[in-house]
Amino acid sequence: MIVFTGVKKQYDDGFQAIKNIDLEIKEGEITVLIGPSGCGKTTTMKLINRLIQPTGGSIRIQGRDIASLNPVELRRQIGYVIQNIGLFPHMTIAKNVGVVPRLLKWDKDKVERRVDELLGLVGLDPDTYRNRYPSELSGGQQQRIGVIRALAADPDVILMDEPFSALDPISREQLQDELVRLQQELRKTIVFVTHDMDEALKIADTIVLMKDGEIVQADRPERILRYPANDFVKSFIGKKRLQSAGTELVAPELAPSVDDVMVEQPATAFPSRGLAEAVKLMERRRVDTLLIVDKNRKLQGTVSIYNVLDQYAEENKTVADVMRPVEHTVPSGTSLAIALQLMSAKQLSNLAVVGEDNRFVGLITRGSVVRHMADLYASGSNGGDAYASVIV
Amino acid sequence: MLLLSSEFLKDFDVFIRERYPDLLQATGQHLILSGVALALGVLVAVPAGMLLAHYPAKWARTGAFGVANIFQTIPSLALLALLIPLFGIGTKPAILALFLYSLMPILRNTYTGFRSVDPAILESARGMGYGAAQRLMRIQFPLAFPYIMSGIRVTTVYIISWATLATLIGAGGLGQLIVSGIGVNKEELVVAGAAAAIVLALLADGVLGGIERRVARRAHPKAASK
Repeated sequence: MIVFTGVKKQYDDGFQAIKNIDLEIKEGEITVLIGPSGCGKTTTMKLINRLIQPTGGSIRIQGRDIASLNPVELRRQIGYVIQNIGLFPHMTIAKNVGVVPRLLKWDKDKVERRVDELLGLVGLDPDTYRNRYPSELSGGQQQRIGVIRALAADPDVILMDEPFSALDPISREQLQDELVRLQQELRKTIVFVTHDMDEALKIADTIVLMKDGEIVQADRPERILRYPANDFVKSFIGKKRLQSAGTELVAPELAPSVDDVMVEQPATAFPSRGLAEAVKLMERRRVDTLLIVDKNRKLQGTVSIYNVLDQYAEENKTVADVMRPVEHTVPSGTSLAIALQLMSAKQLSNLAVVGEDNRFVGLITRGSVVRHMADLYASGSNGGDAYASVIV
Repeated sequence: MLLLSSEFLKDFDVFIRERYPDLLQATGQHLILSGVALALGVLVAVPAGMLLAHYPAKWARTGAFGVANIFQTIPSLALLALLIPLFGIGTKPAILALFLYSLMPILRNTYTGFRSVDPAILESARGMGYGAAQRLMRIQFPLAFPYIMSGIRVTTVYIISWATLATLIGAGGLGQLIVSGIGVNKEELVVAGAAAAIVLALLADGVLGGIERRVARRAHPKAASK
């Protein structure tokens, strides 16, 4: 357990990076420090391995005040993973992973066994990767090495400073999943800094939300979502959600428009497509209906799988011959409530959203509505009730 | 034209056979002059460059580079002349002058090499429990090594060519052959001295390059294979 008591950090220029923090980091858990940039989350983490010295208060690990320990020896007992991976380019993968064990003067065989074991742990074949250099690995592989390097000397505490933020989204998700999987076996005390709420919600046992050098709320993710302490917490959660939906920042109280909910890239086809092509496209996109748009993206009609199969035998026909006109559309910017009423009244499974000149901009489907609702409830915003009743 | 005439080559051949011991002795002197100056330069400039990179106090950096720059810009003949009233003539002042010339390129390359190490790498080394000296020797030095070596190689070539002037203050070396050749109007002497200096410079550069590649292959496998 790591306990912060009245910890302060003030820089020489008078800037207070950390203002009187009290915090208990529980053993065997992933504690995520999150907040906007400059909130002091990284500083808080670096206080733990004394990369930064506090100007007041005390930090205890397992009851021992870390100020009384030799910083270099302390750091060898704490795993450390940084954002820019920080692998040593002049050392092989095996040398990189074995850095801390070698600093701790383990014997050679033991280090080698440990390195192979750790490589296996993240699914990298030791015989293939042991003697490679970091530059020969992909970003995701490099950060896997970064993570196992932190585990090498089997420390109880591991600090991770935005470890996955420089990776592409797919590698990031993979590494998050792997971290959660590893943690189930290893039960380390992990302090994880991030600015990504989705990442925090995915991996955290406890989320510590910080702002301006202070802790705003520290609690289980579930409780933070259900009982956000104040408007800052709400907006931090809400803002992230809206950003991930790819829309402009709007206050959560505002009723959403169809543009927030629609699928922006639904399956569309040009009128000149043949019927077999249409079937293939539906198969690939896993849909039963295609929207037919011309090259200016003007909505021409809609084709369902039944329309196509009815006339499939006629090889010369195109989707333009079998399509049916779109009866109902809503203009971009319509409120979601109106669109839902329309869908409900006309028993529509989907509803096209059009811009000026009947230009097709997106599609509201039942799935997209459900996803939107799920997001709203997940964010704990109480704005959801207002239009929940519309759907029921 | 003179060089290509067979008569000259025949004379040159005879000359070399005759003066072989002199040529060898001059080459030996030249090697000692350059080698000692270079070794001193490396011993002083590499640690100085490391220190400057480690303590980024601006006045220290400006001062050190300023002094080294000044030595670099004094014409070599003038520097040798200036040293006569201070240190007399002979091998010592010649080595001192060459040493002063070697400082700047080695210092600057060492400094640049150490500064070029990614701060994220140093941060991660610190966070994992490398002490300050371990960081310097196990992380920064190997990563800065190619820069340091390129500084040393450039300097070596310069020093070997400048060492031909050392004869003017009585330090001997291959310059002596050239200067006396000019004095007695004997082309064979001039050509032999100059050619030996060129070969020496090329050989030294080749040897250092070999060392650099051997070490770099271990340190930067990608960069070396390019």
